[in-house]
Amino acid sequence: MTIKEAQEQIIEEFEVYEDWMDRYNYLIELSGEMEAMDEKFKTNEYLIEGCQSRLWLHAEMQGEKIIFTADSDAIITRGIVALLTGLLSGRTPEEVKDADLFFIDRIGLKENLSPTRANGLLAIIKQMKLYALAYYAKQQ
Amino acid sequence: MLDVKKIRNDFPALHQEVHGRDLVYFDNAATSMKPAEVIDTLREVYSKRNSNVHRGIHYLSMRMTEEYEAARRRVMRFINASSEREIIFTGGTTASINTIAYSFGEEFIKSGDEIIVSAMEHHSNLVPWQLIARRKGAKLRVIPMNDRGELLIQSLDELISDKTRIIAVNHVSNALGTINPVKEIITKAHDRDIPVLVDGAQAIPHGNVDVQELDCDFYAFSGHKVYGPNGIGVLYGKEEWLEKLPPWQGGGDMVKRVSYEETSYADLPLKFEAGTANYPGAIALATALDYISSLGIANIAAYEKELLDYANHRLGEIGGLKIYGEAENKISIISFQLEGIHESDAGMVLDKMGIALRTGTHCAEPVMTAFGIKGILRASMVFYNNMEEIDRLADALKKLKQMFG
Repeated sequence: MTIKEAQEQIIEEFEVYEDWMDRYNYLIELSGEMEAMDEKFKTNEYLIEGCQSRLWLHAEMQGEKIIFTADSDAIITRGIVALLTGLLSGRTPEEVKDADLFFIDRIGLKENLSPTRANGLLAIIKQMKLYALAYYAKQQ
Repeated sequence: MLDVKKIRNDFPALHQEVHGRDLVYFDNAATSMKPAEVIDTLREVYSKRNSNVHRGIHYLSMRMTEEYEAARRRVMRFINASSEREIIFTGGTTASINTIAYSFGEEFIKSGDEIIVSAMEHHSNLVPWQLIARRKGAKLRVIPMNDRGELLIQSLDELISDKTRIIAVNHVSNALGTINPVKEIITKAHDRDIPVLVDGAQAIPHGNVDVQELDCDFYAFSGHKVYGPNGIGVLYGKEEWLEKLPPWQGGGDMVKRVSYEETSYADLPLKFEAGTANYPGAIALATALDYISSLGIANIAAYEKELLDYANHRLGEIGGLKIYGEAENKISIISFQLEGIHESDAGMVLDKMGIALRTGTHCAEPVMTAFGIKGILRASMVFYNNMEEIDRLADALKKLKQMFG
């Protein structure tokens, strides 16, 4: 499945929930299902600045693929992060760097991505893209 | 007695839906809504009477100058200053404090000196003092607080020394709501001839402030937190102090004569008002102060106490809810955490329920550190809020617990 197809699947899943409350509940559920991040990465080195909640992101290459793991101490943020890592982890750096993340707007989370909202989601996407760009440059 | 239903109609911004629900505005400590009178004043100044003050002999300019100076006298009366020369219009509390930190610091603080602040300062009454302390090689000392969020005033006896140059303390804590015993602090300081600056940003909207009765040397507050416009604030300073201090910013309006060799400064208060004055803001601020005076400051304080009591009662019913700041003497602010729920999660969900409150560190990181927390939720209520809104918050918090439980 391409990143585009995977996003369309997420949108479809969210369309079931008309009420924002159900969407948040779904994110809480996703948050619970996300694989825990290795505690050794929960340090300032991997902390994304600019969030009210704490948000960590780690990236490494396994073969040709970039593997993201992340965590947050806020549950809704963690749920959104789970969507992002689920979508982008295990892809090639080129795929990640070129990905157009249209699903966020479509599932009604756009306001969470505003630069003025201090939940760092914009920052984490930027950081994921930066990792991808760096690994991509290395591959060339 | 306040007619809250009627009062709410004075505030247009209260009447709107957020995410399909009637807005509950509990972020008043961040900024208050404005009564129509204040908004109308601004509109009228700009649309009918606008002209720059203190210059030009033409009709509009003279009239606006008179109106601006009348606003100064209205502020003077509101805080009971003894002279209009003691009222300086600034951009806000932060600008007022920075003015004194710089000006006083340049003149009176030297290497090895000490500045005393409290453990519950907003960053705006902490960082300006850190800056001057660093520049001069001075040291900051801190009045500690207990776990109820009350300052330990007795410790002042040990903190004050021959090295102390100034004490800067907030009248009311923005994060905890504590009303600090500033009069007692001022008396102790004056016993040792030390001046005191009071950050009154959170006090002015909630109770009677009489600078002569307090005997403070400087008092700072903002217009936008007291139902006035943004970008206007007040610095009160005792005339004897303001005369002794050098100006902070240079520019137009603050000078008497200017040549390349020597410049003499204008008399008070203009010495501290460099550049074009925010006269529309000053006039609309005076309108706001008149508005709350017409409601009666004592009536406001009494009703806000009822709000606080009811909020304490309703929020107290919620298991796992911990209140930070339980001072005996506090304004209608409740800061709290819900056990196991991150304040950012709570804030996001409350927002969807139409409830606006503040989450995070509240520009008072050392206060959070003192309580060993990263952040809190803060509901700050004022006289246009009502009991039904508190019920909505309590119900929303219960729902939140189910969601994240």
